[in-house]
Amino acid sequence: MPLAAVPLPPDPALAAPPRGLADLLFRGAQVMLVNLAIAGLIATMSGNRFGHVVLYSQCIGLAIWGVIEFGRRVRSGGLAEWPKGWRGPALVAVACPLGYVIGVTVADALSGYSTWANYLHRPEQLARDFGPTVVFCTIVAGGFWARGQARAQRAQVAAAAHEATLARLDMLQSQLEPHMLFNTLANLRALIAADPPRAQEMLDHLIAFLRATLAASRQSEHPLSDEFARLDDYLALMRVRMGDRLRTHATLPPELAALPVPPLLLQPLVENAIKHGLEPQRGPGELQVDAALDGATLVLRVADTGRGLEAAAQAKAREPDMPSSGFGLAQVRERLQTLFGDAARFTLAPREGGGTLAEIRLPVAGRPVS
Amino acid sequence: MTTALIAEDEPLLAQALRAELARAWPALQLLEPAVDGDAAVERALSGRPDVVFLDIRMPGRTGLEAAEAIVEEWPADAGALPLIVFVTAYDQYALQAFERAAVDYLQKPVQPARLAACCARLRDTLALRAAARDASDVAAAPDDAALLGRLRTLLGAPAAEAATAPLAILQASIGSTLHMIPVDEVVYFEAADKYVRVVTAEREALIRMSLRELLPRLDADRFWQIHRGTVVRADAIATATRDDSGKVFLTLRRRPERLVASRLYAHLFRGM
Repeated sequence: MPLAAVPLPPDPALAAPPRGLADLLFRGAQVMLVNLAIAGLIATMSGNRFGHVVLYSQCIGLAIWGVIEFGRRVRSGGLAEWPKGWRGPALVAVACPLGYVIGVTVADALSGYSTWANYLHRPEQLARDFGPTVVFCTIVAGGFWARGQARAQRAQVAAAAHEATLARLDMLQSQLEPHMLFNTLANLRALIAADPPRAQEMLDHLIAFLRATLAASRQSEHPLSDEFARLDDYLALMRVRMGDRLRTHATLPPELAALPVPPLLLQPLVENAIKHGLEPQRGPGELQVDAALDGATLVLRVADTGRGLEAAAQAKAREPDMPSSGFGLAQVRERLQTLFGDAARFTLAPREGGGTLAEIRLPVAGRPVS
Repeated sequence: MTTALIAEDEPLLAQALRAELARAWPALQLLEPAVDGDAAVERALSGRPDVVFLDIRMPGRTGLEAAEAIVEEWPADAGALPLIVFVTAYDQYALQAFERAAVDYLQKPVQPARLAACCARLRDTLALRAAARDASDVAAAPDDAALLGRLRTLLGAPAAEAATAPLAILQASIGSTLHMIPVDEVVYFEAADKYVRVVTAEREALIRMSLRELLPRLDADRFWQIHRGTVVRADAIATATRDDSGKVFLTLRRRPERLVASRLYAHLFRGM
């Protein structure tokens, strides 16, 4: 008498995912083990000959598993993942009768018994034999399908978390650029001997800058006045480093001080203006940061009198080892797109009279940050 | 008297290096420091120091470009080339290149022990040089060749970016017409400000690309760099004549002009 057996996808708790052929053999062995257990159960309950029950149970179980395995490979291009959505249960529903027919036929051939001829005389026997197959198939394969779904979801969540971590790391790395950090420390070391009070002041700015950089990846917004204060820390460091070569002006109208902005949004623009505009230029230069309201739009501008976009691009082509501004700017665009969609705009253009002008336009949220 | 030049754009760091050098090497005479790469070249060529400390990232020319220009333009009657020490805060690629080329370098903040060791090495090299000069009347010191070799290794170090496919055809505009020039027909390339001048037997044209960008895209066996601003097709060279200063003058097969190979690349023409 043919009996039901059930395909068994690999259990991730039992085996860390073996790959390829080993993976397949491992799953096959698991299926055969389950088939054996079911055969034992049925043989005890029905009183049929154990060897006979085992043969049919193994043939049907392996056939159903084979069909499902084949289906998964076709759907996922050899990855043997469960197909998405309704296709998973549908695959089980197809595999169950198909595997039953194949399994019974093979078992008949092996044992010399003719199940199909028997069914012609006693059609009710077919329902009695196929019934348990459907039940076991639904319970076990369905269970494993559900577990596969949960696993896929967990993997998706983990991948998203991984992505977010990488993005935060990239942002941190771009803000704590080692070249900037070591040059600042070298200046600090020089100041400690030459001018201790100024060294202390510089160290305070460095501490505030580092604290803000590390906090920015966790905060979602802060008042514009905080943004300007953090810029001031950074600019104070750069003024010590560049001496007379850097003049900075920051203008924040008091009525805009409390407006909420994403933390360190302006930072990459100011860094960019210095690193690619003013620092590589011979002689002194100026940096101007200001905020203004244009209707319901907050306009933030960073202007420099540096060497300009074209010269920076040429220098980059000449010295490919030098850092590029691409990453910082892409990050600004990406953040604006994520937070405001098409309501925010970022432009980088040549400044009238030389240098570069970066401009961010944001919708005003209307509610000040306390 | 031993003299040195510091090229550093950050004033406090220039001051600090000055102070540290005064401690590590009291006898060292320091020239007025240079605040950018171009000033470094001018100061070095006019002041002719024995040692040059070059920051890598400077306004104008970078430290590497400044070193190249100093070595190429160093007057023949000025004696041995200056010893060059590169200074950098953090440049991963540069550090690897320094190691490979075995050039002297310091990392910022400069550690006194590291600086002392560097100064000791420089003093040894200068002492050897002085001994060699006393022993013979040869103008060029024996370590110049080694220094040139190290600098060549450094300048030839592959850029961080992967090289793209070699160029076969150059697209150059002459007036409003685009000319397609097979690379095989080019006699030489010459850097011209932001462009490269492409010279063939019949004509010349400009391409909007720097020589530095172009070089990795040329077959190095067929196109030789002979000067920081010149790359010539090897089989277009007719003769090479060396003058007293170590410069090599080249005549070409299908062009009337003469090209100069700087002493950095003069080793290419040694006879068989």
